[in-house]
Amino acid sequence: MIPKSILETRNIVKQYAQHRALDDVSLTVPSGSIFGLLGPNGAGKTSLIRIINQITAPDAGEVFLGGEPLRPDHIRRIGYLPEERGLYKKMKVGEQLLYLAQLKGLTERQAMEKLKIWFTKFDIKTWWEKNVEDLSKGMQQKIQFVATVLHEPDLIILDEPFSGFDPINANLIKDEILELKKNGATIIFSTHRMESVEELCDHIALINRSRKVLDGPKRTIKEQFKTHTYHVEYQGSLTDLPSAFQVVGSKPTDDNFTRADIRIPPDASVNDLIRTLLERVAVRSFGENIPSMNDIFIKAVNEK
Amino acid sequence: MRTIFLVLQREYLVRVKKKSFIVMTLLTPILMSAIWLLPVYLAMRNTDLKKVQVIDDSKRFASVFKSTNELKFEAGNLPLEKAKKEFTKSGYDVLVYIPADIMENPKSLKLYAEKNVSLGVQNGIEDAVEQEIENQKLLQAGIDRKVLESTKVKVTADTYNLSDEGEKDSSSGAATALGYLFAFAIYFTIFLYGAQVMRGVLEEKTNRIVEVIISSVKPFQLMAGKIIGVALVGLTQFLLWILLTFGLSSALSAAFGPDTVAKMGNSSMYNQPGQAANGTTVTDANAPAVPTASPATANVFSKAKAAVSTLDWTMLLVCFGIYFVGGYLLYSALFAAVGAAVDNETDVQQFMFPITIPLILAFIMAQFVIREPDGPIAFWFSMIPFTSPVIMMVRVPFGVPLWEIALSVALLIGGFIGVAWVAARIYRVGILMYGKKPTFAELSKWIFYKA
Repeated sequence: MIPKSILETRNIVKQYAQHRALDDVSLTVPSGSIFGLLGPNGAGKTSLIRIINQITAPDAGEVFLGGEPLRPDHIRRIGYLPEERGLYKKMKVGEQLLYLAQLKGLTERQAMEKLKIWFTKFDIKTWWEKNVEDLSKGMQQKIQFVATVLHEPDLIILDEPFSGFDPINANLIKDEILELKKNGATIIFSTHRMESVEELCDHIALINRSRKVLDGPKRTIKEQFKTHTYHVEYQGSLTDLPSAFQVVGSKPTDDNFTRADIRIPPDASVNDLIRTLLERVAVRSFGENIPSMNDIFIKAVNEK
Repeated sequence: MRTIFLVLQREYLVRVKKKSFIVMTLLTPILMSAIWLLPVYLAMRNTDLKKVQVIDDSKRFASVFKSTNELKFEAGNLPLEKAKKEFTKSGYDVLVYIPADIMENPKSLKLYAEKNVSLGVQNGIEDAVEQEIENQKLLQAGIDRKVLESTKVKVTADTYNLSDEGEKDSSSGAATALGYLFAFAIYFTIFLYGAQVMRGVLEEKTNRIVEVIISSVKPFQLMAGKIIGVALVGLTQFLLWILLTFGLSSALSAAFGPDTVAKMGNSSMYNQPGQAANGTTVTDANAPAVPTASPATANVFSKAKAAVSTLDWTMLLVCFGIYFVGGYLLYSALFAAVGAAVDNETDVQQFMFPITIPLILAFIMAQFVIREPDGPIAFWFSMIPFTSPVIMMVRVPFGVPLWEIALSVALLIGGFIGVAWVAARIYRVGILMYGKKPTFAELSKWIFYKA
């Protein structure tokens, strides 16, 4: 079953003077997912996000939000936390959040009610009357996060949301993201930090040099990048393995064991490998080498 | 519309709440009132009665010195040496010594005082003595002073406008002054508040908040809200300045006493204190106003008043409103584009220069236009939207055909729409561009990017 999509881009092309920032990029973001938008610096992620936010328009292609072609009032259904973020330094925290919420279409009263909830949740009630410039960078990031999600958007776009947070606050934000997802929001998550992709994302898309090179559920992609290698820790000698099993790396551990990576043909059975190993060495541990997002990222980017 | 209003509201409130705004708004009227009241204060000081003792060895000047509000003359009988010695105790402020040979040796007049004698007093006494010497010499030569006076003719022309409505008093003097005033007000405001727009744009860019805002507001709405918001700040400031200056001045004048202010108008500005001592000029001021022969100083004010009342004030104020707003909008759109094109204030200069050239040029041309308000230079510069706000306002007090004003305003509006379109396109690309300073060629490319 194809999940209902909240956002769809079709054949987006964006051309700057000499440089094509996006080349025929089509994406489908399923509703209720956390969608990792990955790619090296300058790949075109920000260009795509800006098009979705109607900050710029594509030269070709279409964007659909909830099945409808993008309209100006769709802005209210999107919350966007840009990578380059900032606040008005001379403005009070409370005033500023009220202003930003009203720009997103909330009335002052609605904004006030919602702000109260967030200020209680983050325990930051004392900040209301403070000038933004008196807050630390981490505190400002929190305010910005609140500003992004305050109007309860269906689609939340977070560009590097964890940069500038200490681990405790990063965790706090992570929990909020999961909470938002639970409440039905879809989150597009653009980042370089693969461990958070690993942890949070259901779907990923990878953009490299203006083109989409990977797209799909995280599981499927991992499957796709499987190398059919297994790791084993053992004592003994593995010099006489059958030629089908290829040792691709081997090194001694601290405690007189050896750790080896063994590749098997795609059609071979893992049981055969285990049996072969048991016949020859004393096995302490065994497992499949599942590619990390980091590996996949590097591989996908370098392949092209 | 709602978003423009929200932006406008924020821009306005943030600026109006700033300490610098409040300080500037309060301080300027105080300074203005001070400038206004300084002459009053000085006039008050002048009314301190100064006692002058005159020792006249020549015996010719007994009737020359007439006491006034400021100076009280008394003849002294003591010999000079003794008078000098007793001067500090005598209670006189000034001691005048006229030696016996004053007729032959006019430079021998002596003034003694404890402190320095004010220039006004000195001139007055010198003039009085000089005139009396002249009179007596004339008499010796057999010429009556009255005959001499009647030969002195001073010509001043009154100018009139001949139009279909018939003959009308006019005064090119008042028109010139008013033209300069309007031109300067527009020039000054454009720079002052245009620069504020630019700084506001730059601030959003350097704070990196612009991308957040732009995801909820169209760049044009943001730009428009900012420009209008700053315009309202300007209007608020001007209004407060005018109200506070008037309020403060009248409050202070009331405190000083209305007599003093009236006196300032009568004595200190037209007649130097010493001149009043010299009987002849005093009568001049009161003489029947024969415009061709009077020394004219006394009725400058009433003439100015009359001249000002001949001007078409409705026309003037309507034009001022239009060109003021039009000029500000046109230039502040450009200033906004400059703010968007650069990353920091140090890079501003390169782009500010070409923008300010037409404005500065207009201000320089204003003095030529004032000399020839109907010439071709005046006409063309008052048609170009970049210079018309300044130049047309210089011309309007002299009277400009309605069709010229209509055409100029139409061109200004058209110019504004064109400039705002270009500026908005540079703005919308520029606010998201960081890094190297763009060249003019790049800027012109931005105009054609698809938004």
